[in-house]
Amino acid sequence: MADAHQKHHDYHIIDPSPWPFLGSVGAFVMALGGVGYMRYLSGGSFKLFGLELAHPWLFFIGLALVLYTMFGWWSDTVKEANEGHHTRVVSLHLRYGMIMFIASEVMFFVAWFWAFFDASIYAGEAIQVSRVEFTGGHWPPKGIEVLDPWHLPLYNTVILLLSGTTVTWAHHALLHGDRKGLVRGLLLTVLLGVLFSFVQGYEYVHAPFDFKNSIYGATFFMATGFHGFHVLVGTIFLLVCLLRALKGDFTPKQHFGFEAAAWYWHFVDVVWLFLFFSIYIWGGWGAPLSHG
Amino acid sequence: MAGPSAHDHHAPAAHGSDDHHAHVPGFFARWFFSTNHKDIGTLYLIFAIIAGIIGGVLSIAMRMELQEPGIQIFHGLASMVYGFQGDAAIDGGKHMYNVFTTAHALIMIFFMVMPALIGGFANWMIPIMIGAPDMAFPRMNNISFWLIVPAFLLLLLSMFVEGPAGAYGTGGGWTIYPPLSTTGQPGPAMDLAILSLHVAGASSILGAINFITTILNMRAPGMTLHKMPLFAWAVLITAFLLLLSLPVLAGGITMLLTDRNFGTTFFAPEGGGDPVLFQHLFWFFGHPEVYILILPGFGIISHIVSTFSRKPVFGYLGMAYAMVAIGAVGFIVWAHHMYTVGLSLEAQRYFVFATMVIAVPTGVKIFSWIATMWGGSLTFRTPMVWAVGFIFLFTVGGVTGVQLANAGLDRSLHDTYYVVAHFHYVLSLGAVFAIFAAWYYWFPKMFGYMYAEWIGKLHFWVMFIGVNMVFFPQHFLGLAGMPRRYIDYPDAFAGWNYVSSIGSYISGVGVLIFLFGVFEAFARKRVAADNPWGEGATTLEWQLSSPPPYHQWEQLPKIK
Repeated sequence: MADAHQKHHDYHIIDPSPWPFLGSVGAFVMALGGVGYMRYLSGGSFKLFGLELAHPWLFFIGLALVLYTMFGWWSDTVKEANEGHHTRVVSLHLRYGMIMFIASEVMFFVAWFWAFFDASIYAGEAIQVSRVEFTGGHWPPKGIEVLDPWHLPLYNTVILLLSGTTVTWAHHALLHGDRKGLVRGLLLTVLLGVLFSFVQGYEYVHAPFDFKNSIYGATFFMATGFHGFHVLVGTIFLLVCLLRALKGDFTPKQHFGFEAAAWYWHFVDVVWLFLFFSIYIWGGWGAPLSHG
Repeated sequence: MAGPSAHDHHAPAAHGSDDHHAHVPGFFARWFFSTNHKDIGTLYLIFAIIAGIIGGVLSIAMRMELQEPGIQIFHGLASMVYGFQGDAAIDGGKHMYNVFTTAHALIMIFFMVMPALIGGFANWMIPIMIGAPDMAFPRMNNISFWLIVPAFLLLLLSMFVEGPAGAYGTGGGWTIYPPLSTTGQPGPAMDLAILSLHVAGASSILGAINFITTILNMRAPGMTLHKMPLFAWAVLITAFLLLLSLPVLAGGITMLLTDRNFGTTFFAPEGGGDPVLFQHLFWFFGHPEVYILILPGFGIISHIVSTFSRKPVFGYLGMAYAMVAIGAVGFIVWAHHMYTVGLSLEAQRYFVFATMVIAVPTGVKIFSWIATMWGGSLTFRTPMVWAVGFIFLFTVGGVTGVQLANAGLDRSLHDTYYVVAHFHYVLSLGAVFAIFAAWYYWFPKMFGYMYAEWIGKLHFWVMFIGVNMVFFPQHFLGLAGMPRRYIDYPDAFAGWNYVSSIGSYISGVGVLIFLFGVFEAFARKRVAADNPWGEGATTLEWQLSSPPPYHQWEQLPKIK
């Protein structure tokens, strides 16, 4: 390293990389294709300079390019870590970066919770005439059957909390050099994450309300759906860590990739607790229950 | 501020290595795959200039339209661009005017001011000023830039895609309030504009993470936060505002997208939704956003005023914490944009009070700049002239801001040209003057050549006269009740509209002078000194060569 750069500091001066540019091309194609896909789903048209783009395929090309970029980029990062570029200060950067990424995600969820509380607390606000007519002046709106929070949602809460402990088990195993424990803990966490997603999917399919045409369904599916997407991302993140652990990556001293996944997983867990208490329990209080 | 312990850029051979500069990559790798904060900063500056020209052309077209009552040019533009004829051209032209208003705002905010101040100058100068060799995440820095390009393309493309039935582009204003942005404009143009904002937002969030990490972790040994240059303070605070406010906008516009395409009713009262919810979400982002636009300018002006007064800035800590206060309070004043939507009186009282509180830290800044100049040995080089112009114009905009903070007064001024005049005084004249001040201040450092003093000064005076002529009369129009975002107006408003339009042509000439100045400087190649400003310029960038080496501070400077 010393012969490549005459630097006298521990920062990581990175060589030029194709990933940011490729990723942006992917984002552009995906956005353009996303509009086309949405038009395609609603049976509309999306003409750009006479070219009809209301098809699903452009979106998936963009998505593939973005996923390929992610894979290539993060493979480079892992490679650089293994080459020893992640000095103490660089690994501190990664920690700061991950913390702030999670902070911005928290603010993303603020938007969904804002929509939910605006709708649920002010369901009967007198000046919002049409809304009051729709909701009947209370929350949940009239005619809505809600999911029993003490049924599958409670089961899912326990699953997620349990997965929080298994990922901590894996972490402690890693710290004590117990590779077997690391792999087992991670495997169990991934499986619990997958189980959560399946239960959530089952509940979605059997939900007595719809995403469309009702503010109840809109706020419910948007908030829990966005959370569900984060569970999938977190599960994939942990799965990558599992594969890396099987390959022999991570040392008791240096394993930030694992820690970032664990942080992210705890974040997803905490968001779920807020969803569970506010949307499932408080937000469904007093309404007729449905058991699917 | 103390000097670096070594000037290794002057003597690469001292390291026993002749390939010191050989690591500059080839053209394509250097400009497309860059991981160098200075190159990425240059890309951002070029991008901002291009976007600024496009956004400026849109505004001049609007002023041409408003020069006289009646429809002047937009029916012609509509038939030229979209091929509309007869009455369809008149209707198409009216919508096209709204599209221009919308695009002008979005371009100037997201694709001109932010890329120039944060992407351009902060990228270039923050690592250098805090004594760091690059940003914390050099590769992520590049995707921040490259995402802004597709975002801009998406917005530009939206102007050629169906918006409302039978017309092109999104004409809902940059605030994209529903229902005008949902059922009002069902075509895909609005979806493109929304996704443009998503992509631009992702770019800014990644940039914000990068700046916060860089500033908190990479300051040179000995540079405590309380010794850090004010520009670094400004960018640190700006980055926090971006990080915490942009995701809320992203959430809001995502709900807009599902309302438009998936039948949700977040903003539709007939399904239990609330259109005002969008305004809350939008302005929870939108108000911090206006501080995002101006705070980096605050930092820049502090350095320039101090440099050309040959004095340290007056009340350094007060200046730093005034920006912290502005940033923090900026998060809890958003509903002053919404006094007319039926907020409770209690809520209005709170937002009036909170908004007026911001005048206190802002006043601290204005008076500290004046106190910095007071008793200083002033030299009025071009950057200083722009900085003084900034202080004057920003103060005018600030004063009208305090007036508009009053819910009672805002009843009659809301959505009039008074508001347009106000925010153009703080942004078009405030933020843009800060950008030009920074451009002339750092041009010799960034590119190694001196600009021509006479061109810089001419640029300033033409611009100063031009923009004041555009926007000062708009106060009168607003007070007289002229509403914003209309293509036409009653004859009574003709006089000041005419003056305002003439002013915009003068400003346009100012921009041409600016471009000529850039060309002249690169053509004449007057080599700039490492520090062309003398002993008043004390921050670290003036200890490097002009332009700085490809990788600076390979030996970290030490700060006493």
